[in-house]
Amino acid sequence: MTDAAMETAKPVATRPARTDFGLKKRYRVERRFRIYGVVAIALGLFFLVALISSIVLQGISAFRQANVEIDVLLDKAIIAPNGAVNTDALMTGNVFRYDDVIRNAFAAQLGIAKDDKGTARTAYNLVSKGARIQLRAMLAANPDLVGTRQKVSFLLDSNVDAFLKGHIDADIPESRRPIKDRDIAWIKQLEDSGALSMKFNTGLFTFGASSRPETAGVGVAVIGSLYMMAIVLALALPIGVAASIYLEEFAPQNRLTDLIEVNINNLAAVPSIVFGILGLAVFINFAGLPRSASLVGGLVLTLMTLPTIIIATRAALKGVPPSIREAALGVGASKMQAIFHHVLPLATPGILTGTIIGLAQALGETAPLLMIGMVAFVADYPVTPNDPATALPVQIYMWAGQAERAFVERTSAAIIILLAFLAIMNITAVFLRKRFERRW
Amino acid sequence: MNDILEAAAVTETGYDPSIKMSGRDVCVFYGDKQALFDVNLDITTNQVTALIGPSGCGKSTFLRCLNRMNDTISICRVTGNISLDGEDIYDPSIDVVELRARVGMVFQKPNPFPKSIFENVAYGPRIHGLARDKTDLEEIVANSLERAGLFAEVKDRLDEPGTGLSGGQQQRLCIARAIAVNPEVILMDEPCSALDPIATAKVEELIDELREKFTIVIVTHSMQQAARVSQRTAFFHLGILVEEGPTDHIFTNPVDRRTQDYITGRFG
Amino acid sequence: MSPFWIILAVLGIAILGFVAGVARARASVNGNLVKLHSRTGYYGSFVAIWASLPAFLLLGVWLIVQPIVVDRAVTAQIPDEAIAATGNLSLINGVVRSVAEGLSRLSATERRDLDIGVVAARPLIASKGVALASDVEPYMIRAADTLNRLQAAGVIGRTALVLLVSVVGLGLALLRIRPAQRARNSVETVIRGVLLSASMVAILTTVGIVFSMLFEALHFFSIVSPINFFFGTVWDPRFAAAGSEGTAGQFGFLPLAWGTLYISTIALLIAVPIGLFAAIYMAEYATAQVRAVAKPLLEVLAGIPTIVYGFFALVTVGPMIRDWIAIPLGLGSSGNNVMTAGVVMGIMIIPFVSSLSDDIITAVPNAMRDGSLGLGATKSETIKRVVLPAALPGIVGSVLLAASRAIGETMIVVLAAGVATNISANPFQEMTTITVKIVSQLTGDLEFTSPQTLVAFALGITLFTVTLGLNILALHIVRKYREQYE
Repeated sequence: MTDAAMETAKPVATRPARTDFGLKKRYRVERRFRIYGVVAIALGLFFLVALISSIVLQGISAFRQANVEIDVLLDKAIIAPNGAVNTDALMTGNVFRYDDVIRNAFAAQLGIAKDDKGTARTAYNLVSKGARIQLRAMLAANPDLVGTRQKVSFLLDSNVDAFLKGHIDADIPESRRPIKDRDIAWIKQLEDSGALSMKFNTGLFTFGASSRPETAGVGVAVIGSLYMMAIVLALALPIGVAASIYLEEFAPQNRLTDLIEVNINNLAAVPSIVFGILGLAVFINFAGLPRSASLVGGLVLTLMTLPTIIIATRAALKGVPPSIREAALGVGASKMQAIFHHVLPLATPGILTGTIIGLAQALGETAPLLMIGMVAFVADYPVTPNDPATALPVQIYMWAGQAERAFVERTSAAIIILLAFLAIMNITAVFLRKRFERRW
Repeated sequence: MNDILEAAAVTETGYDPSIKMSGRDVCVFYGDKQALFDVNLDITTNQVTALIGPSGCGKSTFLRCLNRMNDTISICRVTGNISLDGEDIYDPSIDVVELRARVGMVFQKPNPFPKSIFENVAYGPRIHGLARDKTDLEEIVANSLERAGLFAEVKDRLDEPGTGLSGGQQQRLCIARAIAVNPEVILMDEPCSALDPIATAKVEELIDELREKFTIVIVTHSMQQAARVSQRTAFFHLGILVEEGPTDHIFTNPVDRRTQDYITGRFG
Repeated sequence: MSPFWIILAVLGIAILGFVAGVARARASVNGNLVKLHSRTGYYGSFVAIWASLPAFLLLGVWLIVQPIVVDRAVTAQIPDEAIAATGNLSLINGVVRSVAEGLSRLSATERRDLDIGVVAARPLIASKGVALASDVEPYMIRAADTLNRLQAAGVIGRTALVLLVSVVGLGLALLRIRPAQRARNSVETVIRGVLLSASMVAILTTVGIVFSMLFEALHFFSIVSPINFFFGTVWDPRFAAAGSEGTAGQFGFLPLAWGTLYISTIALLIAVPIGLFAAIYMAEYATAQVRAVAKPLLEVLAGIPTIVYGFFALVTVGPMIRDWIAIPLGLGSSGNNVMTAGVVMGIMIIPFVSSLSDDIITAVPNAMRDGSLGLGATKSETIKRVVLPAALPGIVGSVLLAASRAIGETMIVVLAAGVATNISANPFQEMTTITVKIVSQLTGDLEFTSPQTLVAFALGITLFTVTLGLNILALHIVRKYREQYE
């Protein structure tokens, strides 16, 4: 028998008919649905990138600042006309004297004739108005310099700084730009002589509020923020941990406990501005604490941060298995001892993580601080928590309201600094969690 | 001679109407762990095949291979060959959605959707576009519930949530939901383990009736149940298919010592 | 002594008490510590607690009560005619306080000169660096004297009494130390009390929020009727000069409510679809690696301070929307508009929707998915017809939480929404919100008697009530949902 004969002979069984399930169309829908998801995530990430990069691009240039180094004759006749050269006399003397000193030196640097006072005055506009205070502070700290010739580095005016960074277009008509053609020529001259330099902007980190962009910095605001963080840490951590221990370990099942729990969960979602109103009404209006003080800011932020810390701490306490408690109780420890000797140490990483995240939230909070008068022009470092102070985010808010390009740049730089703080805190929290996390 | 011819024909076209599904050298891995070892098993058309064995023996794993529910577990890997009507179901050209419409499944714990009874049963026909219009759909739902022996009990409250039924009713609802798609094979993963004895009896009765139209594979840890409802039985132990054959044969005359020990209750 | 030094002194006494308690416990059993009921530290703590806790309680009560008593005594010195003449007690009180401040800086001779009328009070006090708002009436000097006398007496009294209580507490506690005394139990009872009071801070905060706003809001509603406030369509608070009547201004809430709702709606229209689809993708489709990267990155959006979003809206998004959409379409000319604020706020609340929705979708039991997949449903069919309907209550909860976040958000709208009050459908127009107006009414000089300041509290309590309602509803729904699957 051949193979072909076998083919014909075989009783072929046919498969049953298939139902049509409309698969083509259904898979199209499936694909589209999936794409929506990808697009949503991509959009979210795009927004994140757009936000961060727009801030960084605008702010990165603020970390450099134009300086000019001039040979200054610290003329005793001008600085101390009455002959008294000591710290007190210098600090109380008229600060505008130093303008003359610097103007003369600057004019000489640019080769402007000694008697051409008008031109010298115009040229002097290129130097920051903060120069005189800088020079006075320098001499007050070291009166021996009076009468000598010194090389001193001064900040240049924010317009010069902006021009050098390319923020001012030299092609637009002269009348519409703050830097005139003659200024440009001087700047070129300074550049060629090597007197002008772009330096790392330390002032951004040390100065306080100022109406001149080049002498405005976040130093004072950072100190205010640090005071507040210290207060929040000192109050919210112990209170939060104590409250969590009570709720998690001791609280009986009753109305009061329910009420406390509902309260904590709700407080976590109350708009932050409401806490500001609370601070204004209770701490300032009722208790009579000073406005604009970091003490009040710290108290308000403490109340705001408490729910976050309590929720995190309770989760950490819950994560410690009951067997640990039973083991301690089994050897005759009291409940309090079991908790403080065994449970709490084991929950510490979780508590710390929650605390850091709470602190990071508090650090970026602005709205409640506006309510308690921290929108203040504070140029001096606060010494105690009762002194007028401002906070980093509030400083950002105040600068954001300034129209000058130089302030936009500085606002972005301040945001970069704020975000850097937050990133460090959050990375620490993640590290703590990863490093000390226990799996039971 | 004719028998030989026929056997040859079967191997060439790969299709034998009396064998609905068959597994050849099936191995299953969960990550690094191998859960099934070279299983060869045929599922006979319009019969109930029971998979029995102690827990962890791989019987549920094998069942979930038959409609590729294991795909939903990312670390699970299947090798070997499983065919439905002679077609390899793990072939890339095979559509898993279509496969599952043809090989339906009823789970260990009743899992009605949090929807009305009607919507639970109508779900399958709706997504597969099996009903021409509303009356058609209503008929499919009524029929399925009828065949699942549930219609009389729920016909007045089709709009109530399926989760409100008793455990046994929920499981029969899930069976109705599976047969509403009109599959060729129904897989049942310990369908009675969460039910009381009376509900179990009803479901077992139902399985026997369903055999006329569907091929059924049931995983059970109860040997009595296997004996009651199945025509063929396969005994799994530690991931290996130890023995398989007609149910009465396995229960009265097991060949392998491990099977003997299991059905006489020495381990389990 | 100022309260700070009193606290330090009491703490010092408490430390002494601790040392003494330990020593006495030791001595009571002649060094055989096993005979003691508790470890020695507990006896020390017991004494320290008795030395400090009653003293601190007394100090706290004193600090609250003294101002009230002094205030009453001073007010009693002010003749009724004077109150009737100015109509403003707090104004007079302020002057009296300044006079008192000034009087305390006078030397004895200056004071004598003042009493016999050789010099006028106002310039004299001004020369000491205290500026006065009005001339000094004789009764004011009397009242100021009373104030100074009472305050001085109060400081001495409180210092003496608090320290006395502290020392007495220490002594009594020391006397009670005996070997069989259950020092640990007493100390633990006190600690437990401390823990309970710490958790009461949450309730106190809520009570503080409600009462601080309620009183001032009621005060406001006694000046402006609630009907005019809640149903008024014009917002024009007109900062009137102090004392001048008749220029109260109009406080219509509706324009603010409209702006708030409009901006929040735009924000939700952006955040809900993006957040929800992102959550679905991460919960149902994404591989573990994609999820491990995308989820925390999206959550970074929630960690960025709102002031940063505000600035982003102000300098980047606002001008972009103005130049590319609003001006070409002729719909507006300002970068500060509803659209800018809404879009940026939407970006901010994406993670609020996505994180919670993700948790909730993941919590839907796998049996549901298996049931659907086992019938031959595709993944998206399973999600749309089984998973999402099952997760719907939780998702609604997360959207409500996001909405409450949007309504209460401040910094974005302060910087990007504008200050003009408009009721209009054009999203490229400036509009303003409740929070913006709270900020603008409460920054700068505050006068707790004028409706211009008080209206902020009425706005505040309205905002609090609305967000509280949303939060309670959302948390309730989410909890009910969780219970369903536990």
